[in-house]
Amino acid sequence: MGNFLNVAPTTLLVIVVLILTALAFFMARNRAMAAASGDARKLHSLPNYYGYNAAMMTAIPALFVLAIWLFVQPMLIQNSVISLIPQAAVSEGSSVNLVMSDVRRVANGLTTAVDAGALTADAARDISTANTDIRSLLAESGVALGSEVTAEVLNAAQRYRSMQATGQWLMTAAICAISLIGLFIAMRATTATFRARNLVERFMLALLMIAASLAILTTVGIVFSMLFESINFFSLHPWQDFFLGDKWSPNFRGDSDLSILPLLWGTIYISIIALLVAVPIGLFAAIYLSEYANSKVRAVAKPLLEILAGIPTIVYGLFALLTVGPFLVDLFGRGENGILGVDWMSGATSVLTAGLVMGIMLIPFVSSLSDDIINAVPQSMRDGSFGLGATHSETIRQVVIPAALPGIVGAILLAASRAIGETMIVVLGAGAIARISANPLEAMTTITTRIVSQLTGDTDFASPETLVAFALGLTLFVLTLGLNVVALYIVRKYREQYE
Amino acid sequence: MKDNVISEMDVTTDKIKISANNVQVYYGENQAIKDVSVEIQDKTVTAFIGPSGCGKSTFLRCINRMNDTIDICRVQGDIMIDGEDIYDSNVDPVQLRAKVGMVFQKPNPFPKSIYDNVAYGPRIHGLSRNKAELDDIVERALKRAAIWNEVKDRLNAPGTGLSGGQQQRLCIARAIATEPEVLLMDEPCSALDPIATAQVEELIDELRQNYAVVIVTHSMQQAARVSQKTAFFHLGNLVEYGETDKIFTAPEDPRTESYITGRIG
Ligand SMILES: Nc1ncnc2c1ncn2[C@@H]1O[C@H](COP(=O)(O)OP(=O)(O)O)[C@@H](O)[C@H]1O
Ligand SMILES: [Mg+2]
Repeated sequence: MGNFLNVAPTTLLVIVVLILTALAFFMARNRAMAAASGDARKLHSLPNYYGYNAAMMTAIPALFVLAIWLFVQPMLIQNSVISLIPQAAVSEGSSVNLVMSDVRRVANGLTTAVDAGALTADAARDISTANTDIRSLLAESGVALGSEVTAEVLNAAQRYRSMQATGQWLMTAAICAISLIGLFIAMRATTATFRARNLVERFMLALLMIAASLAILTTVGIVFSMLFESINFFSLHPWQDFFLGDKWSPNFRGDSDLSILPLLWGTIYISIIALLVAVPIGLFAAIYLSEYANSKVRAVAKPLLEILAGIPTIVYGLFALLTVGPFLVDLFGRGENGILGVDWMSGATSVLTAGLVMGIMLIPFVSSLSDDIINAVPQSMRDGSFGLGATHSETIRQVVIPAALPGIVGAILLAASRAIGETMIVVLGAGAIARISANPLEAMTTITTRIVSQLTGDTDFASPETLVAFALGLTLFVLTLGLNVVALYIVRKYREQYE
Repeated sequence: MKDNVISEMDVTTDKIKISANNVQVYYGENQAIKDVSVEIQDKTVTAFIGPSGCGKSTFLRCINRMNDTIDICRVQGDIMIDGEDIYDSNVDPVQLRAKVGMVFQKPNPFPKSIYDNVAYGPRIHGLSRNKAELDDIVERALKRAAIWNEVKDRLNAPGTGLSGGQQQRLCIARAIATEPEVLLMDEPCSALDPIATAQVEELIDELRQNYAVVIVTHSMQQAARVSQKTAFFHLGNLVEYGETDKIFTAPEDPRTESYITGRIG
């Protein structure tokens, strides 16, 4: 609500630009047709291209400037308003940023009150802390403030409002002008010989390049943000302990053992169990579906398998917690009362529980990738083998699988990197105890779950106990990135084999 | 049109290897082979010619029951090899295919080493008792396929790394390594350049001494060069079958004549 005036004019502005854009399209197209005296063959490009070009010129610079403006204006306003807040106004235990957010809330609150009719625009401008209780006034319009409004805050808020209003007007004027100038230039350029098609082509290229570089830049950005926090961590905590220690026991006294090894062990152990489940089952399912199943079975079974892939992992986690874990306890635990009569397992959370369920989660992943890869083995390979008198299973074992093997290995590595990054199943299935042990019936924990628990606590953000999450995250990132790179390299090499 | 005169003399004495009677083949509802009867002689190269889509490949694939691998394909009538009905329920198509080798249109070496490609069939059928015997089989097959000299130094290199013509001769070596009695070739030269084609054709002529060779080709010159008998197929029918010379010089059926003079294509 408080945002109503902030957004609406901008939305309106965008709509105006879009209308101008549509207008530009038709005007330029008509102009091109007129320039060719109605005969499209005399034009350099198809008439629509002139339209597209004009639309581009009208919309893109304007929207681009608008985006930058919306980003920069609040920063400028903030900077100039902050200087109005005297150091004295920042009370003990608070910070300039907290005061600033009060200022913003008061400013937006006043605007809301004006919109709601509780205040006139003039009254809002002239309001003062001396004769009005602003806090209760704003509360009536639904804006809750944490503390009484001081004169400084109000002053700053008023400045904030006026600058925002001015900015709004400037922005509207500037954007409309840019849009119109673009339109004008495009119309001037629209002649029969103008190469509109080439321009549109170049625009498409730029668009695709921007999309590609955004994807890459985000990755780089993620890496850097993790890297900086990790460097912070290592300046507070010895790296020897992190990489080489054997204990994970964060505490608040400042002498925590923060070693990745027990977590890495848990991660790898669970992932291995998951792969032991997923790879054979997924691979056999893929072989059945791609080699033996007739089209009717495939039409039903493939989508069914892929539905498994769409189940959110938290649901698998619940399955681990409620079904698989208790079943394993029945099987391996409870002494005389258990199924096997042994007492090896005490709690439902264990490496085995998480590994089994994660394996089930990965089955469709492995099977659908392997299925694609097996299908990519040319039929002529199979024919060649059948033609030599090989049976179906000999053909699969000796020709199809070896031919598909690099791709299947790639699929397995991709599955492994998913297993390593999986969180929810581990939280619910594996427990929270960091230890290095070979017993799969014991609870353990993984890197991902520790990241979550380190960041969701109440601890100070600058303590090593919190920052370790970034070092863990970075290690995880490097690990999965490495696996993915190897996997993609193998898969690509295999693709080339039949070209 | 015919240049190898010697081959004609030993043709007539050979016995019938394959005899097909009233063969019909359907792909679902669509009939691809209509009532074809033909007798193919041993130690002879028999060419199947005809316009594209007339059913040459389909008929060829009946002879080693490769059509069994296509779900919608049905074969009626009977085909005998050495007097034995290959569609009899006692016959295992897998064993039949060891006896009736096949070379495909596109060279399809397995992504294995040259050696393993050739050893594939003998290993599956247990034709050798030890490594030395297997080496021997591989060497003989490669020699008979006239590729031994080119590959003897790199038997462990992948078969897929050879040139197209070499790959096709490797596939021929792979087919003859199982000691088949009949060799089926479906347009074996269509993916090859003229020089490789000449090498393979020469090879086919050599192979005739040991096998009954059936070759599908779309090139009439090739049929004339390598075969002693020619069968002309048209729209699923066997139109004319006889001595290659006669088919090309004095065809009886007007359709055959139109085809070889280039009027049906
Ligand atoms: N696998 C198949 N499924 C359905 N129809 C097929 C199949 N293979 C061939 N046919 C049909 O059978 C007919 C004969 O094909 P083919 O034997 O390949 O001809 P040719 O080898 O003489 O060019 C064609 O009409 C073709 O469409
Ligand atoms: Mg064909």
